[in-house]
Amino acid sequence: MAIYLDHAATTPLRAEALEAMLPYLTEHFGNPSSPHAEGRRARAGLDEAHEQVAAAIGADHREIVFTSGGTEAINLALKGAAWAAKPYGHHVITTAVEHQATLNAVHHLEKFGFEISVLPVDRYGRVDPDELAGAITDRTTLVSLALANNEVGTIQPLAAVVERVRHHHRILIHVDAVQAAGSVAIDLGALDVDLLSLSAHKFGGPKGTGALFVRRGTTLLAQVHGGSQERYRRAGTENVAGAVGAAVALRLAVAERVETARRARRLRERLREGLAVLPGVEVTGHPVERLPGLLSIIVRDADGAALQMALDLDGLACSTGSACTTGSTEPSHVLTAMGYPEDEARGALRLSIGRPTTEAEIAAAADLLRAAVERHRAAATALGSGALSVEMSA
Amino acid sequence: MSGGVDSSVAAALLCRQGVDVVGVWMRLHDVADSYSESRRSCCSADAADDARRVAGQLGIPFHILNLEAAFGRGVLEPFLHAYQAGETPSPCVDCNSTVKFGALLGQARHLYGCAAVATGHYARVAVSVDAATGRTRYRLLAARDPDKDQSYFLYGLGQDQLAHTRFPLGELTKPEVRGLAHELGLATADKPESQEICFVPGGDYRTALRDRAGWTPLPGPLVDVDGRTVGRHQGTAAYTVGQRQGLGVALGEPRFVARIDAAANLVQLGRRADLQRRAFAVRDAAFVDGKPPHPSGFTADVRIRHRAALVPGRIRRREASDPAAPALWDVEVEEPVWAPAPGQAAVFYAAGEVLGGGRIAPAGA
Repeated sequence: MAIYLDHAATTPLRAEALEAMLPYLTEHFGNPSSPHAEGRRARAGLDEAHEQVAAAIGADHREIVFTSGGTEAINLALKGAAWAAKPYGHHVITTAVEHQATLNAVHHLEKFGFEISVLPVDRYGRVDPDELAGAITDRTTLVSLALANNEVGTIQPLAAVVERVRHHHRILIHVDAVQAAGSVAIDLGALDVDLLSLSAHKFGGPKGTGALFVRRGTTLLAQVHGGSQERYRRAGTENVAGAVGAAVALRLAVAERVETARRARRLRERLREGLAVLPGVEVTGHPVERLPGLLSIIVRDADGAALQMALDLDGLACSTGSACTTGSTEPSHVLTAMGYPEDEARGALRLSIGRPTTEAEIAAAADLLRAAVERHRAAATALGSGALSVEMSA
Repeated sequence: MSGGVDSSVAAALLCRQGVDVVGVWMRLHDVADSYSESRRSCCSADAADDARRVAGQLGIPFHILNLEAAFGRGVLEPFLHAYQAGETPSPCVDCNSTVKFGALLGQARHLYGCAAVATGHYARVAVSVDAATGRTRYRLLAARDPDKDQSYFLYGLGQDQLAHTRFPLGELTKPEVRGLAHELGLATADKPESQEICFVPGGDYRTALRDRAGWTPLPGPLVDVDGRTVGRHQGTAAYTVGQRQGLGVALGEPRFVARIDAAANLVQLGRRADLQRRAFAVRDAAFVDGKPPHPSGFTADVRIRHRAALVPGRIRRREASDPAAPALWDVEVEEPVWAPAPGQAAVFYAAGEVLGGGRIAPAGA
C-alpha cells in the first residue's frame, strides 16, 4: 500500500541477515571475550563476520573494525588518523559535500588546532582532483572523501584523487563508502586507500552496526577506550549479532550488485521519465556518474519539505535530501556547494530505490509526485505569492 | 500539537472519534534549535519530541511545519514594536489570528487537503443557520470550564476560520483532560503547564527586546500622580501598565505604572485607585461574524485581560472626522476596570459568546 522510496536513508533488513543474527540474540549469547564454550561460540560468529566483510571488499579480516555505525566509523577514521599523524602534520583535506559525520568531525579537529581545507565542488557535486592535489601541503596528513554523495548520488572521481595523493608520502586517504557500498564496486586490493567506512543498514544489514577498514600498517588512535576488542581499535563488548547481520548483508549485496544496480537504474530512469512531463523539474547531481537507485530533483517554485509531507500523507515516503528533525529551513549544504541558490535548493527532493521496489510502485509514485507538485503549485498560487497564509479576518 | 497535554488530548479525542488526524508541531522561531532543561517550554526541541512521541502513541502521521516567517511577521515583530511604543502586546491573540488559524490553516487546507485545524484551546464553536437568510453562522463560545476558557485569545477568528476549526476540549475541564491523558497513557499526561511566552525561554521579555530588536534602554523620569519626578525608569519598554514590582520607589501607598509615554520617555505612576477606568478606546476591531452586532454601537460584556471579570458595557463607533483614519470604538463600562493596558486585547462577549474585540488604544487616542 504505502510506497517507500527512501532507501538511501535506510533499507529493510534482509531476511538472510535476520536469520543469521537470531542465534546470536538467543542461544549464542556469549561474550566473545569469554574463554568458555559460550564465549567461543560468539567469538566464532564475530570472527566469521570479520572474514566475510573483508572478503566482500577485498581486504584482510584483521583490517576490519566493527563500530556502532557509519558515523562512528568516520569519526574513528578521521580523529584516529589525524591524531596519530600529529607528529608529521596537522592538515586535513575534505570536500564541501561530505556527510555531517565528516564535516562535524573535521570541525571538531579544527578546535584542537588542526588545519582543515574544505574543497569546493562543481555543479554536479564533484571535486576536481587537480584542485585537491593543489591543496596538499607538507603539513597534509589526511584526505577524506565520500565515494558517493548521500543527497544527490554523485560518485567522486576517486581513482584520479588517489593517484594524485599518492605522489606524496605519509598522506592517509579515508573513503566514506557509507552510501556507495552495495551499489558501487569496492575492491581494496586494487583501490589504494587506507581507511574506508561502511554502514550496515544502508545495504540490508541492521542499524547500529558499521565497519571501518584500516589498511595494515596504518596507525590509528582509538577513540573509544576500554578493553582489547577489535585489536585495541574499538573497545567495548562487540555487537555480535549486528556484525553477523552486517557481514551477511554485505556479502549478498556485493554478490548481487551488478544485477541490483541494473534493475535500480532502470527503475530510476522510469521514474525520471515519469516526472519529465512536469515543467520546472531538474535532476541534480551527475547525469552518469551517480548511484543507480538515487534520483535527486529540484522542483522549482516549490518547498521540498511541504512536498515531502504531502507525499507522506499520500502514502509515499521520500526525503528532502538531508534528514532534519527540527524543521529548520537551512538549505542543503550539498546543493549550496553545487551552486544552487537558496530558493532553488528549497525545492529539493530525493527519491531512492531499493531491492524491494517494484515497477508498479514506480509508476504509482510518479503519479503521486505529479499530482502533489501540481497541487502544491496551485495552493501556492491560491495562498498568495510565497505567503502561504490565509487572509486575516476583518 | 505543542507537546503539551491539551493538544495531546485534543488529538487523541479526534482519533477516538475516527477522524483522520495529522499531527503537526509548528516551528516558529530559533528557540526550536535548542533542547531545554526546563520542561515548561512549549517551543523547544524537547516540545517537538514530546509531540512526536504522542503522535507515535496515537499512531498518526507527524510533521514539523516551519512557520517562522509567518510568526516573525505576525507575532514577533508586533510584539517587539508594541513594547518599544510603550504598549503591552498580545502575542497569543496575534499567533491565533495569523499563525495557527492563519498560515497553518491555509497550508492545512490548501497544501495538505485537510478539512480543518484542531487545537487544544479551551473554547467552543457553535454552528447555527440563520432562519431569515439561510446563512450558516459559526459562533465562538467560551469553554465550559471558566477556569481554563481561552476564548479571549481567539476573538480575531472570523467565519471562514471558524468554519475550519475544531476545539475538541471545549466541553472539558482541565482535570478531565489530565484524567483522559492518564487513561490513554499519553507521554505528556503529567507535563506542567507552560506559562512563559514561547519565544522568551528565560521569561524576561526585555532579553528578547535586546537580542531581537537591538533595544538599548534609555533611562528617564518616573513621575508620580502629582507630576513630581520620584525616580528614574530603566527604559519605557521595560514597563507595562499596571506593573507594581521593580519600580524602585517607596512612597507609602503602593504605586503602579499608570501610563507610559514612549515618545516623551516618561513613565507615570499612580495609586491603585488612579488606575480605575470607566472608559477607554479600542482600535483594530475584529468581529467574529464579520461585522459588529450593530454598525454604530452595541452592548456587551467586556474583558480586558485573560481571566479578568466580564464587565457590562456599551461600545460605540466613534464618529471620525477623517474617514480614512483607522476606526476607533469607545468602550464605556458600568463597573470600573482596573488598568486597561494599551495594546492588550479588549474582548466583547454576549451571554458567553465572543462577538469580537480589539486592541486597547492609549488614553487620549
